[in-house]
Amino acid sequence: MENRVALFTGAGRGIGAAIALTLAKEGTDIAVVDYSDESAAAETLAALKEAGVTARYYRCDVSDFGAAKAAADQIVKDFGKIDILVNNAGITADKLIMRMEEADWDRVLSINLKGCFNMIKHVTPYMMRKRYGRIVSISSVVGLMGNAGQANYAASKAGIIGLTKTVAKEFGARNITANAVAPGFIKTAMTDALTEEQKQAMYKLIPLGCLGETQDIANAVKFLVSDDARYITGVVLKVDGGMYI
Amino acid sequence: METLEKLKEILSECKGEDLDITPETTFDELEFDSLDKVDIVMQIEEAYGISLGDNMQLSTVGELVAKIDEAVANK
Repeated sequence: MENRVALFTGAGRGIGAAIALTLAKEGTDIAVVDYSDESAAAETLAALKEAGVTARYYRCDVSDFGAAKAAADQIVKDFGKIDILVNNAGITADKLIMRMEEADWDRVLSINLKGCFNMIKHVTPYMMRKRYGRIVSISSVVGLMGNAGQANYAASKAGIIGLTKTVAKEFGARNITANAVAPGFIKTAMTDALTEEQKQAMYKLIPLGCLGETQDIANAVKFLVSDDARYITGVVLKVDGGMYI
Repeated sequence: METLEKLKEILSECKGEDLDITPETTFDELEFDSLDKVDIVMQIEEAYGISLGDNMQLSTVGELVAKIDEAVANK
C-alpha cells in the first residue's frame, strides 16, 4: 500500500485512530479530518508520523457541505490525490424515542450520515479522474438490528449501508469500490465503564463470547482497501463476533 | 473558437487523453458514458458559471459549443 493517500474522518481518537495507524504502518499517508481541536489528535498524529508516513490534520465539521469540499480540495493540493476515504466520524445521542428531541435526531443524522455523503460527494471527483478509489464507511450492527435508545444512531448507520450500496453502483465503472464495516460491541472506554453484570449479559448475545478490539475493525478496513479486495464492492462486513446473524 | 478550445481541454481531461475534436465530432464517437457526461456538464458549468440542466440531448461538439455560448450570452 506504498504511496497511497487516505482521508480519514474522525480519526483523532478511538477506532478511527487505530484504523489510521494500521494503514500508516503499511505506508499509507494520512489526512486526518476531525471536528475537534488539533491538540485532541496530537497523540494520533505523532504516532502516524512515527510510523514514517506523512500525516496532516484538517479541522472540519463533516456535516458542513462547504467545509467538507474545502477540506477535500486542500488535501488534494497538499497530497496530490486521495486514494482512500474512510468515513469514520460519528456521534451518539442516545435516548428513547419518547424522550428524543428533534435536535438529537438532526445532530446525529447530520454528522453520521450527511457527513459521509458530503465527503463522498467531494472526494469522488478526484477518484474518478484517477480511475481508482477505495471508500469504506463505518456502519454498525445496530444499523442492521436496531437498538432501543438509539433510533437516531441506528437510522444513520442503516443509512450508511444504503448510501454505500448506491456509491458502489454509481462509481463502479471508475474502479471505485465502496464498502461498509459494521462493528458490534468493541472494547472502548465506554464498554470499560460497564459493570461485570452488564458485560456478562452482553457476552450472552455474542457467539464468540467476548468483545471485539479496535484492531479487529482496523484489520477489516485494511483488507477492504487492499488489492486483495479489488473485486469486492457494496458489501457490509460485520465484525461483531457473530452478534447479528 | 475559444469555447471549442476550452471544451477540448475539459473533454480531454475527462477522457484521460488528448482528444482531437472538431465541431463535427459526435459524442457517440468519443464514447463517453453517463458518468462522463455528468462530469463534463458539471465542469462546464463551473468553468463558465452557467447552468446547463440535466437532460441535454446533444449529438455533436458543435451543438454543445452553441449551447454554452448561448447560456453565457444570457447570463
